[in-house]
Amino acid sequence: MTAKILIADDEPNIVISLEYLLQREGYTVVVARDGNEALSSIATERPDLVLLDVMMPHKSGFEVCQAVRADAALQATKILMLTAKGRETDVAKGLALGANAYMTKPFSTRELVQKVAELLGRPTEGSA
Amino acid sequence: MLSPALVIAASLGYLLILFAVAYWADWRGRQGRSVIANPWVYALSMAVYCTAWTYFGSVGRAATGGVWFLPIYLGPTLAMVLGWLVVRKMIRIAKAYRITSIADFIASRYGKSPLLAGLVTLIAVVGIVPYIALQLKAVSAGYALLTTQAGDVAQASVHWSQDSAFYVALVLAGFTMVFGARHLDTTERHEGMVAAIAFESVVKLVAFLSVGLFVVYNLFDGLGDLFARAQAVPALRQLLRLEQGGQFAWAQWFALTLLSMLSVVFLPRQFQVMVVENVRESHLRRAVWVFPLYLLLINLLVLPIALGGLLYFGSGAAMNAESFVLSLPLAADQNALALFVFIGGLSAATGMVIVETIAVSTMVSNELVLPLLLRWRHLRSGAGQDLSRLLLGIRRAAILGVLVLGYVYFHLAGEAYALVSIGLISFAAVAQFAPVMLGGMYWKGGTRRGALAGLLVGFAMWAYTLMLPSIAKSGWLDAGFVAHGPWGVGWLRPEQLLGLSGFDGLTHSLFWSLLANLVAYVGVSLWRAPSGHEASQALLFVDVFERTTISSPVFWRGQARTPDLLQLCERFLGAAKAQALFADYARQVGVRHADAIRPDARFVQFVETQLAGAVGSASARVLVASVAEEETLTPDDVLRILDETSQIRAYSRALEEKSRSLEQATAELREANNQLQSLDRLKDDFMSSVTHELRTPLTSIRALAELMQADEGMPAAQRQQFIGIIVAETERLTRLVNQVLDMAKIEAGHADWHVAAVDLRALVTQAVATTAEVFRERAAQVHVHLPAQVPTLQADPDRLMQVLLNLLSNAAKFVPQPGGEVVVSVQADAQGVTVSVQDNGPGIDPAQALLVFDRFHQGGDAARRPQGTGLGLPISRQIVEHFGGRLWLEPPPTPAPTPTPTQGPPQLLPPAPGACFSFWLPLQPPIAKETTPP
Amino acid sequence: MHKGLGSQRLVALFAGGWVLFNFPLLGLWDRDATVWGIPVFPASLFLLWVALIVALAWLVDRPSVRDDEAPPSAPPSDPAPLSPSAQSPARPPQA
Repeated sequence: MTAKILIADDEPNIVISLEYLLQREGYTVVVARDGNEALSSIATERPDLVLLDVMMPHKSGFEVCQAVRADAALQATKILMLTAKGRETDVAKGLALGANAYMTKPFSTRELVQKVAELLGRPTEGSA
Repeated sequence: MLSPALVIAASLGYLLILFAVAYWADWRGRQGRSVIANPWVYALSMAVYCTAWTYFGSVGRAATGGVWFLPIYLGPTLAMVLGWLVVRKMIRIAKAYRITSIADFIASRYGKSPLLAGLVTLIAVVGIVPYIALQLKAVSAGYALLTTQAGDVAQASVHWSQDSAFYVALVLAGFTMVFGARHLDTTERHEGMVAAIAFESVVKLVAFLSVGLFVVYNLFDGLGDLFARAQAVPALRQLLRLEQGGQFAWAQWFALTLLSMLSVVFLPRQFQVMVVENVRESHLRRAVWVFPLYLLLINLLVLPIALGGLLYFGSGAAMNAESFVLSLPLAADQNALALFVFIGGLSAATGMVIVETIAVSTMVSNELVLPLLLRWRHLRSGAGQDLSRLLLGIRRAAILGVLVLGYVYFHLAGEAYALVSIGLISFAAVAQFAPVMLGGMYWKGGTRRGALAGLLVGFAMWAYTLMLPSIAKSGWLDAGFVAHGPWGVGWLRPEQLLGLSGFDGLTHSLFWSLLANLVAYVGVSLWRAPSGHEASQALLFVDVFERTTISSPVFWRGQARTPDLLQLCERFLGAAKAQALFADYARQVGVRHADAIRPDARFVQFVETQLAGAVGSASARVLVASVAEEETLTPDDVLRILDETSQIRAYSRALEEKSRSLEQATAELREANNQLQSLDRLKDDFMSSVTHELRTPLTSIRALAELMQADEGMPAAQRQQFIGIIVAETERLTRLVNQVLDMAKIEAGHADWHVAAVDLRALVTQAVATTAEVFRERAAQVHVHLPAQVPTLQADPDRLMQVLLNLLSNAAKFVPQPGGEVVVSVQADAQGVTVSVQDNGPGIDPAQALLVFDRFHQGGDAARRPQGTGLGLPISRQIVEHFGGRLWLEPPPTPAPTPTPTQGPPQLLPPAPGACFSFWLPLQPPIAKETTPP
Repeated sequence: MHKGLGSQRLVALFAGGWVLFNFPLLGLWDRDATVWGIPVFPASLFLLWVALIVALAWLVDRPSVRDDEAPPSAPPSDPAPLSPSAQSPARPPQA
């Protein structure tokens, strides 16, 4: 059974790259373009993992994270925060809000794949 | 007539009542509920001014001279007009420096001189003795009148052991000791005594008014009847007029008024009740008018009594007019009233004697006896001796001594001289204190030598012109020298000195004595400058209202040891009291134990002040000097100490100023810190915004590059797409970096500005041409409205182009596709030019109007967000403002809020009014701060 | 002493009293008439006296003046020792 991953980011180019990357790895990918969309997608699609950008319109990534964690039904959802905001305070805030992992942009594709596999409990399938 | 036993019993009974009143008042005072802390009691206590003289002498005077009894009471009234000013200052000085008598006051003012204190005491004693004799005479005469049969000849001089007056004197001495010498008080306050004499004042007044009313309404039919009958007799009628058969002696009237005006303050008993016994300064307010009112009341019926007596007994009885108050009731068989009046007279006499004697005995013990004793080294250095008992003993002996002297005077000289005259002689003696005391309070130039000279000369003059003649007239001296002068020298005649004739003895004496006193005082004072000690005391006295305890300078230099000072206090104040005082002081300076008090100048001054309350300031000075090692104070020292004190005051004021400005500075600093913090936060935000903006395109570039790198078998189309994105993002990144740098440069003021003449028409046209492609892509229309003539601006054309391009590209981003309309218009006014760019896009929410100019803010919704950096508008604004202009968003014409687009495909919205950005530039830039083109 | 208005008024009243009760103003009242049976001269003397007292009372003891006066707290008027300032005062100028 393939895992489903939600990409929540408002930058179209980043979405393109992430989508390609994850589909190449064999995951099912769903896309959300802003915070509200992300929340409703999470609720309906029930992804296993959410790649969450922080700077999104309508609802920030932090707010989405908080909402997801507050929802008992969504406890199993893994959250990987992916953001250009890289200050220590932001990292701490993200983790404190319940994110499982935090990666700053720009990221290494290999690292991202590894992290995603880790979070989903899959052994890393080595990529070239 | 009454039986002697009755009179004596009544008298003793009355004295016991007095004693009971005093005892009760003392008891209440110890409990803290003082009865004398009352302005009415204070005012009544001042009425001790009215002695037996008022009772008997006034009537006698009225009988012979009509209104001539009045100046003695008008003077005090006038004195009380200034009382609130002068007496108040005296009270303040006395309280501040623990002055307990007139001698103490004068001595303390002039450098705490023991010699001066002794002289003043002597003058006071000599002056007072006749007055006391007068009281004794009055009482004994009254007693005689009451107890002898009408018709019996009053016995001539009696042996003293059988003289009632002698026993009166002894009894009074006993009572005085009880009232005033039971214990030593550092404030010399005698609550019981004050209460007793206030009570006496009431008794006096009531008794006198009773006999007055009796005469008017009982012996006669009211005032009208009395005066009518008096006016019928020519001799009596004259009494009711000013000129009584001769030239009115204005000088004498003036002199009497002046004399009594001075006496009401400088008599020892008056000083005692007014100044020393004063509880609170504000009581003086009431007293200054209640006391004259009392005087008026008690004198209201003097003239009727005198006239009544003369009418009743016949004009020839003028000789015995002094006893009318007794003889009239007796003659009318009103024995009870006569006894009551006698009690009133006794009351007046005892009041005077008690207070006067206490005052004088304090002076004698403190200023005469104690200094002599202190010379006896043994006494000074004797350890462990409690001298307070010794002091009390001296005080009591002094009381007895003064009274005995009074009796002696009475016995030897009193019979031959009318009461009134004796009293006036005393007045004239104490009047010698006036120049010295008043000068000391208001003139800093008075010196000790000046005071000595003034007092000596004044006293000598008084003795020569008034005292000697009175003794001579009593038969104790050859009367010849009065008539012809000593050794026959005519112009040295005591009553016509230097040929000044035409005045009565009193006026003459008063004139000469006061004149000589003043001249000597002022002259000798001005001869030499005051010493350091005198100068310091002068300052403390004259400026007493300006000085408070905190800022008062301490005029003392030297070293002392606290145990020595404690021992000193114990010896003179008693062990318990001394230790209590020290403990209190220790507490006030924050020291745990009395032994730990630092013996600095202030403490030594404190000890000296406390001692002064018990032994007088002169003796206290001597005592402290004996225990401490002192340095003499020169005038320079005084000035230096004053300087220091005023410096301290100035410093403390400066300190307050400083701390206030420090508070202000701290507040400002806090303000600035807040501002910096917020700026810092802003900077942080900016940095994080910038980094975020930079990282976003970088993310795409990296990710896509990695993807291409990892996947060699990627389809070409996909590869092309990715590469295209990378290129675009690189461009985006470049744009961003350039703009950020631009922004930073402009804000830091490092941008290059090239000012030149700018033709806006050409610029706008060019800008529109440059962006024509973009608009065509979007199928949008651009309309340009240019006036025919546009004034030339001085600005940087490239930068202005940047602004125009920014506004146009913004408009292009937001116009609807298709159907976009953009209107560019240029308007000129007197000061400058306005350029507007209007689009028909969704417009900008008024709430966002300010945010639009924020850095990195990008309008529109996320889905349709056009490529932009968010820095365009801020930069444009900076550019415009650099040239003194403004860039703004025009307010929307109608307040219809633009609906925020929701999720989903954009719907065809009705044409929105759109946004209109305008900027205005002045014709001349404000300051030429830009570099001119080379 | 503070040369306030009150003090000046008192001094003026003092001077006025002196002038009124002396030559020659005093002689003005010296007539042979009677007022309600009382000879003019003594009566006027007493009336002037009363007026002087009333003026003095008004100047010094009327309630408004009394209330303005701050209680004299600086110098102690009770048997408590002259209180030196609690804070350390001037250093004694010891040689």
